[in-house]
Amino acid sequence: MDDGARSQPNAADTDCEWSEMKIVALVKYVPDAKGDRGFLDDGTVDREGADGLLSELDEYAIEQSLQIKDEVDDAEVIALTVGPDDAADAIKRSLQMGADGGVHVNDESVHGSDAVATSAILAAAVRKIGADLVVCGMSSTDGGMGVVPAMVAERLDWPALTFGSEVGVNGQAVTIRRDSDVTSQTVEAELPAVVSVTDQSGEARYPSMKGILAAKKKPVDEWTLADLDLAGVPVGLDAALTTVTQTTERPPKQAGQIVTDEDGSGAQALADFLSAGKYL
Amino acid sequence: MTNVLVITDHIAGEVTKPTLEVLTIAAGFGDPIAVAFGAGAELTATRLAVYGATKNLTVTDEAVDSALVAPKVEAVAQLIEQTGAALVLAPATLELNEVAGRLAVRINAGLITNAVGVTGGEGSVSTEQSVFAGDWTVTASVGGQPAVVTVKPNSVAAQAAPADGTVEAAQVTISEGAKRARITKSEPKAASGRPELTEARIVVSGGNGTKGDFSAVEGLADVLGAAVGASRVAVDSGWYPHSYQVGQTGKTVSPQLYIAAGISGAIQHRAGMQTSKNIVVINSDEEAPIFAIADLGIVGDLHEVLPQATDKVKQIKG
Ligand SMILES: Cc1cc2nc3c(=O)[nH]c(=O)nc-3n(C[C@H](O)[C@H](O)[C@H](O)COP(=O)(O)OP(=O)(O)OC[C@H]3O[C@@H](n4cnc5c(N)ncnc54)[C@H](O)[C@@H]3O)c2cc1C
Ligand SMILES: Nc1ncnc2c1ncn2[C@@H]1O[C@H](COP(=O)(O)O)[C@@H](O)[C@H]1O
Repeated sequence: MDDGARSQPNAADTDCEWSEMKIVALVKYVPDAKGDRGFLDDGTVDREGADGLLSELDEYAIEQSLQIKDEVDDAEVIALTVGPDDAADAIKRSLQMGADGGVHVNDESVHGSDAVATSAILAAAVRKIGADLVVCGMSSTDGGMGVVPAMVAERLDWPALTFGSEVGVNGQAVTIRRDSDVTSQTVEAELPAVVSVTDQSGEARYPSMKGILAAKKKPVDEWTLADLDLAGVPVGLDAALTTVTQTTERPPKQAGQIVTDEDGSGAQALADFLSAGKYL
Repeated sequence: MTNVLVITDHIAGEVTKPTLEVLTIAAGFGDPIAVAFGAGAELTATRLAVYGATKNLTVTDEAVDSALVAPKVEAVAQLIEQTGAALVLAPATLELNEVAGRLAVRINAGLITNAVGVTGGEGSVSTEQSVFAGDWTVTASVGGQPAVVTVKPNSVAAQAAPADGTVEAAQVTISEGAKRARITKSEPKAASGRPELTEARIVVSGGNGTKGDFSAVEGLADVLGAAVGASRVAVDSGWYPHSYQVGQTGKTVSPQLYIAAGISGAIQHRAGMQTSKNIVVINSDEEAPIFAIADLGIVGDLHEVLPQATDKVKQIKG
C-alpha cells in the first residue's frame, strides 16, 4: 500500500488516478463476551487477560462495506483498528472476510484513551487514508457506548448516518434506514460521510477458505501516533477527562428457588411469587 | 446556584419518564433548565415544571426534526454558553447519547453515557455505570467544564418538585453544515398499547422456546399490566418486532420483575436484563444458563405454565 496514495484527502473527487471509492471500516478488537471480562488496576479494560476477537458487531460494518463495494464500480475496503498488538486479529479477520487492506494504529500511549480521544485517533487515521465513506458497527461489544461513529464524524466535520438497518450508496449520496420505537426514518447525505450499521443490516459473511488464504497477501499498514496529525487532541490515560475511581464485580447471585413443574406446581409457585412480591 | 441543562426526550410533546428521572438528578446539582427540541416542544413545559424545571427552553428550528443529531449539538453548545451550565444531563436514548458524544468532542467536555447513578455537587460529578452485561459496576469522576452525562431509565425515582418553568424560545442558530444528514422520510410505527418496555415495572419476555407463539407470553403480560419483550432469536425469526428485543443490541431493561420464558440466557440477552430486581425463569431445560440468575426458576413447558399462572392471577385478582 502506497502511503502517498493514502494521504490524498477525498481522492475520489480530486484525482482520477485514485478515482476509486475508499471505504474505511472501523473495527475494534474486544475481549470475548463468553470469557471472563474484567479490569486492570488502572481502571482500564483488561485486554490481555481475556481472549479477544473482532467485535461481532463490526462484522456487520465489514459486510456492508463489502456489499457497497460490490455495488460501486471501483471501490476498495480498508479495515482500520486502534488497539494493542492483539488487535491485529481484528484486521486479519476483516481481510479474511474480504477487506482489501488494513491499517492498525498501535502505540503505547494510546492505552487508556477514552472515546473522546479514540475518536480523534480514528479521525486522524481516516484523514490520512483519504476515505470517502467510513462504516462502523453500532457499538463495541465491550461496554461500548455507540458514540464513537458520531464523534468521528464530529471530528471530521462530516455528516453521520447512524444505526442504519439498511445502507445504500447511490452516486455521491449515501442513504440509511434508521428505526426507532416510534418511527422508521430514511436518512440521506452526500459523501464523504460516516455510517454505522446495526445487526439488523444483514448476516455477516463467514470467511471462505479462499478468503483466508488471500488475506495473507493483503497489505496491512502499522501506524503509531507519530504518523498521525491529531490536531492537538491529547490522548491516553492521563488525558482522559473521566477517571475511573472504582470497579466492582457484582457478587454472584444467591441461588434462587427451583421448582420442577408437575401438575400445575410451576404455575402455583409463580402465582405465590407474584403475591409475595406484591406484583398483583 | 449552578445551572444544569437537561435535554428532554419527548414524543410529540409527551415527556418520557426517564426525562423526569433526569430532572430529579439535576435538582441535586442546581437549577435544572430543560431544553426541548422540535415539534411539540412547548407542550413539554407543564410536565417538566412539575418535576423541577426552572426554565423551559424550546428549540423549534425545523432542522432539529429534518436532520439527525448535529443541529441539536449546535443548539446545546450555544445554550451552554448562554446559561453557563456546569453540567449537561440527558436520558440515555440512542440519539441523545450521540448528541452527548458529539457535544463532548465539540466543547472538550468529560463524557459518561449510560450512567445508572449520578452523584456529587458543585464542581464534582461522579457516575456509576453497569458494564460487561451488568457483571461489573464502574465508578468514575467526570471532569471538564461542563460535564456531559446520559442516564439510563430507572436509575432514580422521579420526584415531583414544582418549579416556575417559564417557557422561552431559545435563541440559537443552526448552520447549514449541521443539516447534512437529512431525514427524507419518516414513517410512524404502530403502538402496541402495552407499557413501554424500558419504563415498565414488569416485563414478560419470550424466546425461541415459544416456537413463534407469543400468546401465552402476552396473556400473562396483560393480566400483570406488563410490557412484552423478546430475545433476538424470536425477533430474527420474525415472531416479534425488533423494537421489543431485550439485550445488547436491543433494549436494556431494569424492571422490578423480569419473567423470561423459553429463553436460554446467552450473555447478550443477560446484558439487557441482568440488573432487574427480581427474575423469574420458565424453561424446559434445567441446564439452561439463565437459571443461574433466577430468583424463581420453573423447569417446565411455558405453554403450560404461563396460561395456568395467568388463570391463577385472574382468580386472585377476582
Ligand atoms: C453481537 C451479538 C449481539 C446479540 N444481541 C442480542 C440481544 O440483544 N438480545 C438477545 O436476546 N440475544 C442477542 N444475541 C443472541 C444471543 O447470543 C442468543 O443467540 C439469543 O439470546 C438466544 O435466544 P433464545 O434464548 O430465545 O434462544 P435459545 O438459545 O434457542 O433458547 C431457547 C430456550 O428455550 C427453551 N425452551 C424450548 N422449548 C421450551 C418450552 N416449550 N418451554 C420452556 N422453555 C423452552 C430451551 O430449553 C432453551 O433454553 C446477540 C448475539 C451476538 C453475537
Ligand atoms: N478502537 C477502535 N478501533 C476501531 N474502531 C473503533 C474503535 N472503537 C470504536 N470503534 C468503532 O466505533 C463503533 C462504536 O463503538 P463504541 O462507541 O465504542 O460503542 C464500533 O463498532 C467500531 O466500528
